[in-house]
Amino acid sequence: MTLPRSRWLDWLAPFAPLLIALAFTSALLLIAGAPPLATFQKLITGSLGTPGKQADTAVVWTSLVLCSAGLLATFTAGQWNIGIEGQIMMGAIFATGASRFFLDDTGTLVTATPEVMLVAVFSGGVLGGILWALFAAVLKVFGRVHEIFGGLGLNFVSTALSIYLLFGPWRQRTGGTLSGTVQFEPRTWLPTLEGMRVSPLAIVAALLVIGALYLSLHGTVWGLQLKAVGRNIRGAYTLGIRTHRMLFSAYAVCGACAGIAGAYLVAGVHHRLIPGISSGYGFLGILIVLLSGFRALWVIPIALFFSAVSIGSTALQLDLQLDSSVGGVLQAAVVLSVLLVQGFRERYLKREA
Amino acid sequence: MRIELTDIHKRFGPVHANAGISITFQAGSIHGLLGENGAGKSTLMKILSGYYAPDSGEVRFDGRPVKFATPAEALRHGVGMLHQDPLDFPPFQLLDNFILGRNHGIRQRRAEAQREFVDLCRQFQFDLDPEARVSDLTVGERQQLEIARLLWLGARALILDEPTTGISAPQKVRLFATLKRLAEQGKTIIFVSHKLADVEELCHRVTVLARGRVTGHAQPPYSSGQLVQMMFGQIITAGARPAVGLGGPLLELDHATFSDHNLRCADLTLNVAAGEVIGLAGLEGSGQKLLLQGATGLLRANTGTVRIEGADLTHAPYRRFLQAGVAYVPADRMTEGLIPGLTIEEHMVLARRGRQPAVIDWKAMRAQAERGIGDFNIKGRAGTRVEELSGGNQQRTLLALLAADLRLLALEHPTRGLDVESALYIWSRLLERLRQSTAILFASADLDEIMQYSDRILVFFGGHVLETLRLSETTTEQLGYLIGGKKQ
Repeated sequence: MTLPRSRWLDWLAPFAPLLIALAFTSALLLIAGAPPLATFQKLITGSLGTPGKQADTAVVWTSLVLCSAGLLATFTAGQWNIGIEGQIMMGAIFATGASRFFLDDTGTLVTATPEVMLVAVFSGGVLGGILWALFAAVLKVFGRVHEIFGGLGLNFVSTALSIYLLFGPWRQRTGGTLSGTVQFEPRTWLPTLEGMRVSPLAIVAALLVIGALYLSLHGTVWGLQLKAVGRNIRGAYTLGIRTHRMLFSAYAVCGACAGIAGAYLVAGVHHRLIPGISSGYGFLGILIVLLSGFRALWVIPIALFFSAVSIGSTALQLDLQLDSSVGGVLQAAVVLSVLLVQGFRERYLKREA
Repeated sequence: MRIELTDIHKRFGPVHANAGISITFQAGSIHGLLGENGAGKSTLMKILSGYYAPDSGEVRFDGRPVKFATPAEALRHGVGMLHQDPLDFPPFQLLDNFILGRNHGIRQRRAEAQREFVDLCRQFQFDLDPEARVSDLTVGERQQLEIARLLWLGARALILDEPTTGISAPQKVRLFATLKRLAEQGKTIIFVSHKLADVEELCHRVTVLARGRVTGHAQPPYSSGQLVQMMFGQIITAGARPAVGLGGPLLELDHATFSDHNLRCADLTLNVAAGEVIGLAGLEGSGQKLLLQGATGLLRANTGTVRIEGADLTHAPYRRFLQAGVAYVPADRMTEGLIPGLTIEEHMVLARRGRQPAVIDWKAMRAQAERGIGDFNIKGRAGTRVEELSGGNQQRTLLALLAADLRLLALEHPTRGLDVESALYIWSRLLERLRQSTAILFASADLDEIMQYSDRILVFFGGHVLETLRLSETTTEQLGYLIGGKKQ
């Protein structure tokens, strides 16, 4: 028993992954001939340096928090809901579909008020997300298709569907040059702060969603049953829990959150449907939830780190001629080193025991 | 090849699976290794075939000490193991499966291998087509394929783990003839089994293991009584349980058949009265669990009917059984009964029946959990995670989770792994339930337990009920014979 050594490890452990990730990324930057310190500095100023940058970071943060909140439900139920990307996409598609009841070919609002349209757009998003998530759940529960494969397949299907719609029935009649549907007219956009892309409403909604998930996972029978299903589905069944129903509800909750994110990307960010609108936020959400150790409140700062790195890395390209994928490298390095340190500690602690 | 094992020890956590085992297996003989489940046979054979390394002790082949870390190394030293579930590759053609494992050389010489395969098959009168697919073979044929493969790879000693499970009578005759011929050729055959009849028929010598130790050796002519005693220890017959009047029919099975992926328990007809205790005896995996799960709705009957207090629940979902007051307590507490990572109080919340408010009142639940902990003498707190509890306390927790007004309680090995005091405590709590005329069905490997608490005993063997016994007309010795599949 080496007490001092294990204490030293305990103290270092929370910081070790970040240090490892920074060291690894620095080494890569040095090999690529870029100055690491300046790069990291640029990442920070590029994402948080000006109010405009902060707003851009907040936009990404909103989507990431929504997705992570949903993933907390599926992870609690022991499900790797890789299909979340597709669920965001279907949310966006259904949201756009809903908007088409109100807009004409030029994106002008012709029926109802902007508020009514926004409600319809978000309802559509929720519906699309839930349907697509339940699809994965049905494949899992009744078809015995592992959710990773089912979700991956459904992601491709949703992408294909969006491409079909964008180049088929929903293509722009006016011959616009940008890919995607015609842009919605500004009065139908989700209200934003003066001159910025960020919508306070969306930020509040994201906080409410993650707060709701936190409370229901910790304080309700539903949350506890979900946890039981995730940790030991056979034991949960023997105890009398309706395990299938619990799995479906977890997917539905995740689909709803992803659908809101999709609708937000349509109504609040791009104001139209574009190809690849889900932007990998679902996958990033998976990394965030893994990093948080499945703790809802930790999602908030971790999502902030991820969105800052994402936005900051676009500045690298402009100012340092570095590819923006440096940000992705840093994000991935953090996740890998967290898992590595966790695994190391488990192994180490086990041996000590 | 002469194999000497000296003072072999192997521990898994607190379990001393092999506690100083010394055995010598002679070349040219068939050596039986007898013992009930958990006696340490499998661990010992896995050490001998390279799956595990012993914690201490020595293995010698023909007098030379050997050490190996993998099954492949063991095979290079000449030891091959035939597993109970043959470790083959069902989608492969026989010949491909046969060649597999000989991995020197880049190109496998199929033609040569095929010739040798056919030669081996002819020598042992195996009727195997090298072009056929493994998935089309019977278990007996897969054994033949595996024997041929191990011999071809140079095995001089063969370990067979429960080889007569799942094969037909003619295949068994063929297998025994093969083993005898191999022994005549000077091979060492180790025959692991719990079937007395098979061991007595085939083996030149028998070693019995119990609780990780050698409890005796025997040579023909065998005395079954003596082998039973070595397997189960000196058995003391205890007095019958306190009498409680029996009520009306509670569980009625009428020609019910239950099955899972590896066993079928056909045509069970059984009536259990309220307040009755039925003990299910037999070696593990003989069908007791199928009956327990079928009676509690965790398994649907393939045919026949299941009634609880007169209501036909044959096609009802598990929840209907729960509503009818049925509960199942599994042997494998951490994989089937409790949820690792959750605390005792969280389990209390999950185990509540009927309508509940959606939001958990943690204060009330903590109080309830603490009552249960006090009531059942659980050494733990409301906030203790169940995996941190000892086996006995996990079992007490499972009992504390059960509803107060159960009609039928099905328990699998209710006291396995518990110390004597805990076991007695568990039974005192179970017997209390008889006063509310709850019926109890329980499976146990402990003959004392079966004899002490049952009104009636069902003896299972290979998926069917070999015998139904009334306690008053049964002796423990008779039970021991029946468990080994021998009617006197």
